[in-house]
Amino acid sequence: MDFLISGTHINPVYLIVIGFIVGICGGFFGVGGSFLAGPALFAFGVPMNFVVGTDLAHIVGKSIVAAKKHRVLGNVDIKLGLIMAAATVFGVETGAQIIQQLKRHNNVDLVVAIAFVIVLIGISSFIAWECWQTLKMGKKESTAKGKPRRDHSAIAYIAKNFQRFHLPPMISLPSSGIKQISLWTILIVSYIGGVFSGFLGGGAGYIRMPAMVYILGVPTHIAVGTDLFEVMISASYGTFTHALKGNVDILIALVMHTGAAIGAQIGATLTQYFHGVRIRLAFVPLPLLGAGLIIYSLITGHHFK
Amino acid sequence: MASRSKKSASLGSFLVELAVYAVFVFAYFFLVLHFLGGWIKHVFDQNKTLYAFVALALIIAQGVGLEMLTTGLLRIIRSRES
Repeated sequence: MDFLISGTHINPVYLIVIGFIVGICGGFFGVGGSFLAGPALFAFGVPMNFVVGTDLAHIVGKSIVAAKKHRVLGNVDIKLGLIMAAATVFGVETGAQIIQQLKRHNNVDLVVAIAFVIVLIGISSFIAWECWQTLKMGKKESTAKGKPRRDHSAIAYIAKNFQRFHLPPMISLPSSGIKQISLWTILIVSYIGGVFSGFLGGGAGYIRMPAMVYILGVPTHIAVGTDLFEVMISASYGTFTHALKGNVDILIALVMHTGAAIGAQIGATLTQYFHGVRIRLAFVPLPLLGAGLIIYSLITGHHFK
Repeated sequence: MASRSKKSASLGSFLVELAVYAVFVFAYFFLVLHFLGGWIKHVFDQNKTLYAFVALALIIAQGVGLEMLTTGLLRIIRSRES
């Protein structure tokens, strides 16, 4: 199938399959799956500026439905989500402007690809390390007190340290169980997530989700729902601004989303069989797979069509 | 034993849903995307602001539409099972 906007020729079955896998990841891990969708689109021969914009568009379709479901379940902290969305939008615009600058200098593919690889390897290494620490802690706990807790983290103390950071204005987030936190901490975390989203595409859940849990101290289920609510707003803005700049092939996004819609249902069902650290551990190889795809495409120049 | 038969029933209903969904997606490609492609490319070339609005509206509409479709299919299949 020819996708005239991005000037690429891709078998739509590949796009549906990638959408399907990304949908499973979204339902299972609570992240958008841009760590796989972006590298896969690049491997299919889509120029990097279209990879970024198109991936954002595909996230919009998924996040609207998922956010609605989480809202019904009471997993969305609206106050936190709105504050984060405001800062993320500025971050997304910063990321989109960086893409425009790179486009002008004709090196968007190389720079974004290298940045993607660094971020993906970094995420994978961090989660592997955190899981290893948590499992070690769990073993100690189980020998000392009996059964370990189902969902815990070895680095939960980091959030407590950030909540002690007193730079006014201080706000409370009752829905997330946070008594007091500096507004600036939330704004900085959101802005950085937004830059990643605008620069690398997708919802940047791989940055924002750990940041919400480990830095802001939001409970994991609230973090998932609030992240989706926030992504719904920021990814819509990201799609719009990238579309204005000619970086969105909406037909690719629509085809991918048909696979993602059904994959998300399977992913959500799978969460019944796994929990806590096991889910995080299963996540470790996926960003590495994305990094491998980008490195392969960069070195060989070969694209899967 | 009962849980095993329950699991195989839910797998069966999922496969039926997948098959019906595949037919819908196939029809969607040929009826909508095939005819929409040329027009969207024209809008992309002529008016980026209109293209941005159309792109956003399309992905939101598809997101809501497919959610309604998959939920509806699941409801029909489960009601027939029970």
